[in-house]
Amino acid sequence: MASPPDWPDTVFGALKDAGVRQVAYVPDAGHARLIELARGDNAVRAVPLTAEQEGVALLGGAWLGGEAGALLMQSSGVGNVINMLGMSAECRFPLLMLVTMRGEWGEFNPWQVPMGQATQASLEAVGVIVQRVDDADSVAETVEAAARMAFQGGRMVAVLIGQRLLGAKNWDK
Amino acid sequence: MGDQPEITLDRRAVVARILKGRADTLVVTGLGAPSWDTAAAGDRADNFYLWGGMGGAAATGLGLALAQPGRRVLVITGDGEMLMGVGTLATIAVQRPANLAICVIDNQRYGETGMQETHTAFGVDLAAMARGAGIEDAATVWDESALDTAAAALLGAPGPVFVAIKVTPAETPMVLPLRDGLALKHRFREKLLGKA
Repeated sequence: MASPPDWPDTVFGALKDAGVRQVAYVPDAGHARLIELARGDNAVRAVPLTAEQEGVALLGGAWLGGEAGALLMQSSGVGNVINMLGMSAECRFPLLMLVTMRGEWGEFNPWQVPMGQATQASLEAVGVIVQRVDDADSVAETVEAAARMAFQGGRMVAVLIGQRLLGAKNWDK
Repeated sequence: MGDQPEITLDRRAVVARILKGRADTLVVTGLGAPSWDTAAAGDRADNFYLWGGMGGAAATGLGLALAQPGRRVLVITGDGEMLMGVGTLATIAVQRPANLAICVIDNQRYGETGMQETHTAFGVDLAAMARGAGIEDAATVWDESALDTAAAALLGAPGPVFVAIKVTPAETPMVLPLRDGLALKHRFREKLLGKA
Protein backbone atom coordinates (compact mmCIF):
# COMPACT_ATOMS: atom_id res chain seq x y z
CA MET A 1 0.00 0.00 0.00
CA ALA A 2 0.99 3.59 -0.53
CA SER A 3 1.62 5.89 2.41
CA PRO A 4 -1.41 6.39 4.67
CA PRO A 5 -3.88 8.85 3.20
CA ASP A 6 -4.28 12.12 5.01
CA TRP A 7 -7.96 12.67 4.21
CA PRO A 8 -9.03 11.39 7.64
CA ASP A 9 -7.04 14.20 9.24
CA THR A 10 -8.69 16.87 7.13
CA VAL A 11 -12.09 15.23 7.63
CA PHE A 12 -11.59 15.31 11.37
CA GLY A 13 -10.76 19.00 11.11
CA ALA A 14 -13.98 19.52 9.13
CA LEU A 15 -16.00 17.67 11.79
CA LYS A 16 -14.48 19.78 14.56
CA ASP A 17 -15.15 22.97 12.59
CA ALA A 18 -18.77 21.86 12.19
CA GLY A 19 -19.07 21.60 15.99
CA VAL A 20 -19.10 17.82 16.25
CA ARG A 21 -18.73 16.77 19.89
CA GLN A 22 -19.77 13.12 19.79
CA VAL A 23 -18.28 10.64 17.33
CA ALA A 24 -20.10 7.31 17.43
CA TYR A 25 -18.78 4.37 15.49
CA VAL A 26 -18.69 0.74 14.64
CA PRO A 27 -15.13 0.27 13.43
CA ASP A 28 -14.12 -0.21 9.85
CA ALA A 29 -10.63 -0.37 8.39
CA GLY A 30 -11.44 2.69 6.28
CA HIS A 31 -12.34 4.66 9.41
CA ALA A 32 -9.40 3.49 11.54
CA ARG A 33 -7.47 6.76 11.41
CA LEU A 34 -10.54 8.93 11.98
CA ILE A 35 -11.53 6.84 15.00
CA GLU A 36 -8.01 7.17 16.36
CA LEU A 37 -8.20 10.95 15.99
CA ALA A 38 -11.58 11.11 17.73
CA ARG A 39 -10.35 8.93 20.59
CA GLY A 40 -7.29 11.09 21.03
CA ASP A 41 -9.15 14.40 21.25
CA ASN A 42 -10.41 15.51 24.65
CA ALA A 43 -12.95 17.88 23.12
CA VAL A 44 -14.69 15.01 21.36
CA ARG A 45 -16.48 12.09 22.95
CA ALA A 46 -15.73 8.87 21.07
CA VAL A 47 -18.55 6.37 21.52
CA PRO A 48 -17.94 2.82 20.31
CA LEU A 49 -21.26 1.11 19.55
CA THR A 50 -22.31 -2.52 19.58
CA ALA A 51 -24.49 -1.88 16.52
CA GLU A 52 -24.91 1.08 14.20
CA GLN A 53 -28.55 1.83 15.04
CA GLU A 54 -27.48 2.79 18.57
CA GLY A 55 -25.59 5.66 16.99
CA VAL A 56 -28.69 7.05 15.29
CA ALA A 57 -30.56 7.19 18.60
CA LEU A 58 -27.47 8.41 20.47
CA LEU A 59 -27.03 11.36 18.14
CA GLY A 60 -30.74 12.18 18.39
CA GLY A 61 -30.28 12.40 22.14
CA ALA A 62 -27.11 14.44 21.72
CA TRP A 63 -29.00 16.94 19.58
CA LEU A 64 -31.75 17.16 22.19
CA GLY A 65 -28.98 18.10 24.59
CA GLY A 66 -27.48 20.69 22.25
CA GLU A 67 -24.60 18.72 20.78
CA ALA A 68 -23.82 17.76 17.20
CA GLY A 69 -22.30 14.40 16.36
CA ALA A 70 -21.21 12.13 13.56
CA LEU A 71 -21.79 8.42 12.98
CA LEU A 72 -19.05 6.36 11.34
CA MET A 73 -19.79 2.97 9.89
CA GLN A 74 -19.19 0.54 7.06
CA SER A 75 -21.81 0.10 4.35
CA SER A 76 -22.94 -3.16 5.96
CA GLY A 77 -24.03 -1.08 8.95
CA VAL A 78 -26.47 0.86 6.79
CA GLY A 79 -28.64 -2.24 6.81
CA ASN A 80 -28.80 -2.00 10.59
CA VAL A 81 -29.87 1.61 10.87
CA ILE A 82 -32.86 1.83 8.56
CA ASN A 83 -35.73 1.58 11.06
CA MET A 84 -34.02 3.86 13.58
CA LEU A 85 -33.68 6.50 10.87
CA GLY A 86 -37.45 6.84 11.09
CA MET A 87 -36.85 8.59 14.41
CA SER A 88 -34.39 11.04 12.86
CA ALA A 89 -36.79 11.69 9.99
CA GLU A 90 -39.86 12.20 12.18
CA CYS A 91 -38.05 14.49 14.64
CA ARG A 92 -35.96 16.06 11.92
CA PHE A 93 -32.81 15.39 13.88
CA PRO A 94 -29.70 16.43 11.98
CA LEU A 95 -27.69 13.32 11.24
CA LEU A 96 -24.28 13.10 9.63
CA MET A 97 -23.14 9.62 8.65
CA LEU A 98 -19.78 8.79 7.12
CA VAL A 99 -20.04 5.42 5.44
CA THR A 100 -17.02 3.54 4.11
CA MET A 101 -18.07 1.33 1.24
CA ARG A 102 -17.64 -2.40 0.83
CA GLY A 103 -19.17 -4.67 -1.75
CA GLU A 104 -18.21 -2.64 -4.77
CA TRP A 105 -14.90 -1.78 -6.51
CA GLY A 106 -12.64 -4.83 -6.37
CA GLU A 107 -14.58 -6.59 -3.60
CA PHE A 108 -13.25 -10.07 -2.84
CA ASN A 109 -15.90 -11.10 -0.31
CA PRO A 110 -19.19 -12.07 -1.95
CA TRP A 111 -21.06 -11.66 1.36
CA GLN A 112 -20.32 -7.94 1.29
CA VAL A 113 -21.80 -7.41 -2.16
CA PRO A 114 -25.58 -7.50 -1.53
CA MET A 115 -25.59 -4.79 1.17
CA GLY A 116 -22.87 -2.78 -0.52
CA GLN A 117 -24.88 -2.64 -3.72
CA ALA A 118 -28.06 -1.76 -1.83
CA THR A 119 -26.52 0.90 0.43
CA GLN A 120 -27.32 4.06 -1.50
CA ALA A 121 -30.81 2.95 -2.53
CA SER A 122 -31.63 1.91 1.05
CA LEU A 123 -30.57 5.25 2.47
CA GLU A 124 -32.46 7.18 -0.16
CA ALA A 125 -35.57 5.06 0.33
CA VAL A 126 -35.81 6.25 3.92
CA GLY A 127 -35.10 9.88 3.08
CA VAL A 128 -31.37 10.27 3.65
CA ILE A 129 -29.53 12.65 1.34
CA VAL A 130 -26.57 10.76 -0.11
CA GLN A 131 -23.31 12.34 -1.24
CA ARG A 132 -20.78 10.01 -2.75
CA VAL A 133 -17.08 10.63 -2.95
CA ASP A 134 -14.53 8.61 -4.90
CA ASP A 135 -11.34 10.61 -4.77
CA ALA A 136 -9.32 11.37 -1.68
CA ASP A 137 -8.94 15.06 -2.42
CA SER A 138 -12.69 15.60 -2.30
CA VAL A 139 -13.52 13.82 0.96
CA ALA A 140 -13.01 16.72 3.33
CA GLU A 141 -14.97 19.26 1.31
CA THR A 142 -17.78 16.74 0.83
CA VAL A 143 -17.92 16.13 4.58
CA GLU A 144 -17.86 19.85 5.22
CA ALA A 145 -20.78 20.40 2.84
CA ALA A 146 -22.66 17.42 4.27
CA ALA A 147 -22.15 18.67 7.82
CA ARG A 148 -23.56 22.06 6.90
CA MET A 149 -26.58 20.46 5.29
CA ALA A 150 -27.08 18.21 8.32
CA PHE A 151 -26.63 20.67 11.15
CA GLN A 152 -27.81 23.89 9.56
CA GLY A 153 -30.18 22.41 6.99
CA GLY A 154 -31.57 20.02 9.59
CA ARG A 155 -31.36 16.88 7.47
CA MET A 156 -30.05 13.32 7.44
CA VAL A 157 -27.00 13.22 5.21
CA ALA A 158 -24.71 10.30 4.42
CA VAL A 159 -21.32 10.59 2.79
CA LEU A 160 -20.44 7.35 1.03
CA ILE A 161 -16.67 6.97 0.77
CA GLY A 162 -16.00 4.72 -2.20
CA GLN A 163 -14.05 1.50 -1.98
CA ARG A 164 -11.93 2.61 -4.94
CA LEU A 165 -10.68 5.51 -2.83
CA LEU A 166 -10.14 3.37 0.26
CA GLY A 167 -8.40 0.57 -1.59
CA ALA A 168 -10.21 -2.72 -1.91
CA LYS A 169 -9.31 -5.37 0.64
CA ASN A 170 -7.39 -8.30 -0.72
CA TRP A 171 -7.17 -11.93 0.35
CA ASP A 172 -3.43 -11.48 0.75
CA LYS A 173 -3.71 -8.62 3.18
CA MET B 1 -40.26 -20.50 35.42
CA GLY B 2 -42.92 -20.84 38.08
CA ASP B 3 -40.54 -19.92 40.87
CA GLN B 4 -40.65 -16.16 40.44
CA PRO B 5 -42.16 -14.06 43.25
CA GLU B 6 -45.73 -12.89 42.86
CA ILE B 7 -45.84 -9.56 41.05
CA THR B 8 -48.22 -6.96 42.46
CA LEU B 9 -46.81 -3.55 41.50
CA ASP B 10 -48.92 -1.35 39.25
CA ARG B 11 -46.91 0.28 36.47
CA ARG B 12 -48.65 3.60 36.54
CA ALA B 13 -48.29 4.00 40.30
CA VAL B 14 -44.61 3.00 40.06
CA VAL B 15 -43.81 5.55 37.38
CA ALA B 16 -45.74 8.30 39.19
CA ARG B 17 -43.85 7.53 42.39
CA ILE B 18 -40.45 7.69 40.69
CA LEU B 19 -41.24 10.89 38.82
CA LYS B 20 -42.65 12.64 41.90
CA GLY B 21 -39.13 13.47 43.05
CA ARG B 22 -37.64 14.19 39.62
CA ALA B 23 -37.11 17.96 40.06
CA ASP B 24 -35.32 19.01 36.85
CA THR B 25 -34.48 15.49 35.66
CA LEU B 26 -34.69 15.09 31.89
CA VAL B 27 -36.82 12.10 30.91
CA VAL B 28 -36.67 9.96 27.76
CA THR B 29 -39.30 7.25 27.34
CA GLY B 30 -39.39 4.10 25.24
CA LEU B 31 -42.30 3.55 22.89
CA GLY B 32 -45.61 2.21 24.17
CA ALA B 33 -46.82 2.03 27.74
CA PRO B 34 -43.76 3.71 29.36
CA SER B 35 -44.61 6.80 27.31
CA TRP B 36 -48.25 6.67 28.43
CA ASP B 37 -47.21 6.09 32.07
CA THR B 38 -44.89 9.08 31.96
CA ALA B 39 -47.51 11.30 30.31
CA ALA B 40 -50.04 10.18 32.93
CA ALA B 41 -47.69 11.35 35.66
CA GLY B 42 -47.79 14.82 34.12
CA ASP B 43 -46.81 15.98 30.65
CA ARG B 44 -43.76 18.26 30.62
CA ALA B 45 -41.63 19.83 27.92
CA ASP B 46 -38.57 18.07 29.33
CA ASN B 47 -40.13 14.68 28.62
CA PHE B 48 -39.08 13.23 25.29
CA TYR B 49 -41.42 10.42 24.28
CA LEU B 50 -40.36 7.93 21.67
CA TRP B 51 -43.27 6.68 19.57
CA GLY B 52 -41.02 4.52 17.43
CA GLY B 53 -37.33 3.75 17.14
CA MET B 54 -37.76 0.57 19.15
CA GLY B 55 -34.52 -0.30 20.90
CA GLY B 56 -33.33 3.30 20.86
CA ALA B 57 -34.52 4.75 24.16
CA ALA B 58 -31.41 3.99 26.23
CA ALA B 59 -29.10 5.19 23.46
CA THR B 60 -31.11 8.41 23.15
CA GLY B 61 -30.71 8.89 26.89
CA LEU B 62 -26.98 8.24 26.61
CA GLY B 63 -26.47 10.88 23.91
CA LEU B 64 -28.45 13.37 25.98
CA ALA B 65 -26.56 12.51 29.16
CA LEU B 66 -23.19 12.96 27.44
CA ALA B 67 -24.30 16.30 26.02
CA GLN B 68 -25.66 17.50 29.38
CA PRO B 69 -23.31 16.15 32.05
CA GLY B 70 -24.72 18.59 34.61
CA ARG B 71 -28.27 17.26 34.33
CA ARG B 72 -29.79 14.01 35.49
CA VAL B 73 -31.19 11.93 32.63
CA LEU B 74 -33.71 9.18 33.30
CA VAL B 75 -34.77 6.70 30.63
CA ILE B 76 -38.07 4.95 31.32
CA THR B 77 -38.68 2.09 28.96
CA GLY B 78 -40.18 -1.37 28.64
CA ASP B 79 -38.64 -4.82 28.76
CA GLY B 80 -39.33 -5.54 25.08
CA GLU B 81 -37.82 -2.23 24.04
CA MET B 82 -34.74 -2.76 26.21
CA LEU B 83 -34.27 -6.28 24.86
CA MET B 84 -34.26 -4.97 21.30
CA GLY B 85 -31.45 -2.55 22.17
CA VAL B 86 -29.75 -4.62 24.84
CA GLY B 87 -26.28 -4.03 23.40
CA THR B 88 -26.67 -0.41 24.45
CA LEU B 89 -26.13 -1.54 28.05
CA ALA B 90 -22.55 -2.36 27.01
CA THR B 91 -22.19 0.97 25.22
CA ILE B 92 -23.43 2.81 28.32
CA ALA B 93 -21.10 0.86 30.60
CA VAL B 94 -18.10 1.85 28.48
CA GLN B 95 -19.06 5.55 28.62
CA ARG B 96 -19.89 5.46 32.36
CA PRO B 97 -22.14 8.55 32.39
CA ALA B 98 -22.54 9.52 36.05
CA ASN B 99 -25.82 11.30 35.29
CA LEU B 100 -27.69 8.53 33.46
CA ALA B 101 -30.23 6.09 34.89
CA ILE B 102 -32.24 3.45 33.04
CA CYS B 103 -35.54 2.24 34.46
CA VAL B 104 -37.21 -0.73 32.79
CA ILE B 105 -40.89 -1.10 33.61
CA ASP B 106 -40.94 -4.86 33.20
CA ASN B 107 -44.38 -6.40 32.70
CA GLN B 108 -42.80 -9.31 30.84
CA ARG B 109 -45.01 -8.57 27.86
CA TYR B 110 -45.10 -6.82 24.50
CA GLY B 111 -47.96 -4.57 25.50
CA GLU B 112 -48.73 -2.84 22.22
CA THR B 113 -48.99 -5.97 20.14
CA GLY B 114 -51.29 -8.22 22.12
CA MET B 115 -49.48 -8.85 25.42
CA GLN B 116 -47.26 -11.64 24.12
CA GLU B 117 -44.59 -12.71 26.59
CA THR B 118 -41.13 -11.19 26.29
CA HIS B 119 -37.96 -13.07 27.15
CA THR B 120 -38.08 -11.74 30.71
CA ALA B 121 -41.19 -13.86 31.28
CA PHE B 122 -38.95 -16.88 30.81
CA GLY B 123 -36.35 -15.74 33.31
CA VAL B 124 -34.08 -13.56 31.20
CA ASP B 125 -32.59 -11.18 33.77
CA LEU B 126 -32.01 -7.68 32.41
CA ALA B 127 -30.33 -6.45 35.60
CA ALA B 128 -27.85 -9.31 35.41
CA MET B 129 -27.19 -8.41 31.77
CA ALA B 130 -26.60 -4.80 32.81
CA ARG B 131 -24.23 -5.95 35.55
CA GLY B 132 -22.49 -8.23 33.11
CA ALA B 133 -22.01 -5.28 30.80
CA GLY B 134 -20.33 -3.39 33.63
CA ILE B 135 -23.17 -1.34 35.11
CA GLU B 136 -22.50 -2.25 38.72
CA ASP B 137 -25.48 -0.43 40.20
CA ALA B 138 -28.09 -2.70 38.64
CA ALA B 139 -31.07 -4.22 40.45
CA THR B 140 -34.46 -5.80 39.97
CA VAL B 141 -37.36 -4.63 42.12
CA TRP B 142 -40.02 -7.27 42.76
CA ASP B 143 -42.18 -5.53 45.34
CA GLU B 144 -43.10 -2.43 47.23
CA SER B 145 -40.35 -2.80 49.84
CA ALA B 146 -37.50 -1.89 47.48
CA LEU B 147 -39.30 0.77 45.50
CA ASP B 148 -38.28 3.89 47.41
CA THR B 149 -34.62 2.86 47.42
CA ALA B 150 -34.81 2.22 43.68
CA ALA B 151 -36.48 5.55 43.01
CA ALA B 152 -33.79 7.36 44.98
CA ALA B 153 -31.06 5.53 43.07
CA LEU B 154 -32.66 6.32 39.71
CA LEU B 155 -32.85 10.01 40.53
CA GLY B 156 -29.66 10.53 42.44
CA ALA B 157 -27.13 7.71 42.76
CA PRO B 158 -23.91 8.02 40.76
CA GLY B 159 -24.61 6.54 37.35
CA PRO B 160 -24.92 4.64 35.32
CA VAL B 161 -27.80 3.11 37.27
CA PHE B 162 -30.05 0.34 35.99
CA VAL B 163 -33.27 -0.78 37.65
CA ALA B 164 -35.84 -3.23 36.29
CA ILE B 165 -39.15 -2.98 38.11
CA LYS B 166 -41.48 -5.94 37.82
CA VAL B 167 -45.07 -4.81 37.31
CA THR B 168 -48.30 -6.64 36.62
CA PRO B 169 -49.38 -7.01 32.99
CA ALA B 170 -52.70 -5.33 33.74
CA GLU B 171 -53.56 -2.90 30.98
CA THR B 172 -53.92 0.75 31.92
CA PRO B 173 -55.89 3.52 30.21
CA MET B 174 -54.03 5.08 27.29
CA VAL B 175 -52.77 8.56 28.09
CA LEU B 176 -51.40 9.76 24.79
CA PRO B 177 -48.91 12.61 24.82
CA LEU B 178 -47.97 14.79 21.89
CA ARG B 179 -46.91 12.51 19.04
CA ASP B 180 -45.39 14.88 16.50
CA GLY B 181 -41.66 14.22 16.72
CA LEU B 182 -40.61 17.61 15.44
CA ALA B 183 -42.81 19.37 17.99
CA LEU B 184 -41.49 17.12 20.79
CA LYS B 185 -37.94 17.97 19.79
CA HIS B 186 -38.57 21.70 19.61
CA ARG B 187 -40.29 21.96 22.95
CA PHE B 188 -37.66 19.82 24.66
CA ARG B 189 -34.78 21.86 23.26
CA GLU B 190 -36.47 25.14 24.00
CA LYS B 191 -37.03 24.13 27.62
CA LEU B 192 -33.45 22.88 28.02
CA LEU B 193 -31.46 25.24 25.82
CA GLY B 194 -33.70 28.28 25.45
CA LYS B 195 -35.16 29.68 22.27
CA ALA B 196 -33.11 28.92 19.16
